[in-house]
Amino acid sequence: MPSIQEMAKKQGALAGGHRMCAGCPAPIFAKMLTRVTDYRIVVGSATGCLEVASSIFPFSAWRVPWIHTAFECAAATMSGVESMYRSLKKQGKLDGKIKFVVTGGDGGTYDIGLQSLSGAMERGHDLLYICYDNGAYMNTGVQRSGATPFGASTTTSPGGKLVPGKQQQRKDLTTILVAHHLGYVAQASIHNPIDLANKMKKGIENNGPSFLNILCPCIPGWKIAADMAVEMARHAVETCYWPLYEVENGVYTINYEPKEPQPVADWMFLQGRFKHLKDPKWKYAVEELQRQVDEHWGWLHRQAQLTS
Amino acid sequence: MSRTVAITGNGAIAEAMRQINPDVVAAFPITPSTQVVEDFSQFVADGLVSTELVTVESEHSAMSACIGAAAAGGRVMTATSSCGMALMWEMLYVAASQRQPVVMTLVNRALSGPINIHADHSDSMGARDAGWLQLYSEDNQEAYDNLVMAPRIAEHLDIRLPVMVCLDGFIISHAVQTMKLEDDEAVRRFIGKFIPVYPLLDCAHPVTIGALDLQDYYIEHKRAQHQAIMSAKRVVQEISDEFAKSFGRNYGLFEAYRLEDAERVIVAINSVAGEVKEVVDALREKGEKVGLLKIRLFRPFPYEQIREALSGAKIVTVLDRSCSFGAYGPLFTEIRTALYDLPQKPMVYNRVYGLGGRDMLMNDIEAIFAESKQYQQNETVDKVFDFIGVRGD
Repeated sequence: MPSIQEMAKKQGALAGGHRMCAGCPAPIFAKMLTRVTDYRIVVGSATGCLEVASSIFPFSAWRVPWIHTAFECAAATMSGVESMYRSLKKQGKLDGKIKFVVTGGDGGTYDIGLQSLSGAMERGHDLLYICYDNGAYMNTGVQRSGATPFGASTTTSPGGKLVPGKQQQRKDLTTILVAHHLGYVAQASIHNPIDLANKMKKGIENNGPSFLNILCPCIPGWKIAADMAVEMARHAVETCYWPLYEVENGVYTINYEPKEPQPVADWMFLQGRFKHLKDPKWKYAVEELQRQVDEHWGWLHRQAQLTS
Repeated sequence: MSRTVAITGNGAIAEAMRQINPDVVAAFPITPSTQVVEDFSQFVADGLVSTELVTVESEHSAMSACIGAAAAGGRVMTATSSCGMALMWEMLYVAASQRQPVVMTLVNRALSGPINIHADHSDSMGARDAGWLQLYSEDNQEAYDNLVMAPRIAEHLDIRLPVMVCLDGFIISHAVQTMKLEDDEAVRRFIGKFIPVYPLLDCAHPVTIGALDLQDYYIEHKRAQHQAIMSAKRVVQEISDEFAKSFGRNYGLFEAYRLEDAERVIVAINSVAGEVKEVVDALREKGEKVGLLKIRLFRPFPYEQIREALSGAKIVTVLDRSCSFGAYGPLFTEIRTALYDLPQKPMVYNRVYGLGGRDMLMNDIEAIFAESKQYQQNETVDKVFDFIGVRGD
């Protein structure tokens, strides 16, 4: 793995001048795509923040071949691209090796695109699917998604007088992908570039389908200051809300163990989306999110023990 | 050497696909087009084609994968029916707007609901504004021939648009007919090599495909798309003429059947045209001046040519095998529009038939010509729009 300094010398896949929000961390991983591997890559994106903000005609921030078709079918679209690659290769119509990467937010991945993602993974296409999970449909103005944490206020799960934000547990998408028996599945966070780069490289260079779920805090959606995205991601990992782990051929490895896990409430109350839960009458909601996090963290350790 | 074979419509479509040997096929099986995908899967399993077959998990993903594969830079085909194409709806528009030359066989079947598996044109007629060329097929031979011509049309550099070849579910897809299959090599010669345009896999020249296109450019792109599909009228005829030279079967944008001196004309589309021809022949025997105009190219719609072909008619009955709820039938609307600019307009009216696979019998067609005779004598049309053969009021 090249060092951060060496990586920084390589040209990023995404050029400056894109129109992502100030402080959005998603471009961090997008730029890294070409820096973590020497393979040539082709990228496809689901409709979402990264897609709209990187490709407003007649401009494009992409330095690599890039395609977008629609919201729910980025994995299917790229399975077509990858299939054409294999077809032309075997017919001797194309030289050289190319690797394929798909990007989607949690809306395009956890929810509307889950079917096409599952299909592409089951079929075994040689591609890495990267979900940048910002915890809601941020591109359309912060509507709840299957990735939105319990208790978070969004425009379709608002904190109100009767209901304190989202009342459902978030979906564990990473585990759903593990159930596809992939060679490589991992969770990473935007705050840890070495871990992230390692995982992107493994995912890209894995032979066959792989999946990477990256926590990407959203400035307007989490209601945090523009310089706080990386800090929020770090803090999420310190609370065990977002464990860093990888599953290689079914074997779980937890990549980071917080010395002393922080209370989830400490992380929550740094974000405007949980502000309404400060009212003592919603104490149960804070406790419920902590319970969910504890339960998953314990489960993850049991998985790691079982498969080691 | 061409071979005369007895084969189902679906079988003929699969044979054409085998001969075309596309680089990628992405498809999801649905009645009544299933046999196309099944036969083709066997060709792949037996090594008769070099195609990468992508057995997707839905039709939405089928069309998405087709778009991706075409954008990557190769020849792409698929097949579907009815609700399958309805699920593709969003992606049909994307395929056309990205100017991807995807070729799709659509075995026409009624849309749900209620669920029904038999022939009507609610699927393709609903997709008429999606930006795809639509070719319709009377029988197995025409379906096969249309499919052999389709990649040439789709990939033509003046057009570069997706093409849909339509044939009636069960009536054609499952019926065994005697027809000619052309020689593999002759078909491949006719099709020629695929010419990629800005392929995604050319990493040395990276392209961005599917950019966000806002108020400052969108309408210019839509006009360009419209201009491209309009130019397809010329290209479809050129390629049909070339096909006739190679294989001896002539196709126009439509078929004018005994139309020269016809006063009473039926306009129809797909398999029912065969029956109408029989009735036309029988009535001609009796000295009645009747004829048929059979639509082949529905998108783009050849208004001028059809206006010219119907300029001598006194009364025109347009048969629609789909219902545009709350409006006249889609074919009728086009035909009446085409006729509006004639100084001497024929009377024109609309009959909807055969929804959900209801049989259209010879005596139904005889009754249509009897009715048009009455209208002609009365010099008035009593009912501009009606259903045929429907029980109750």
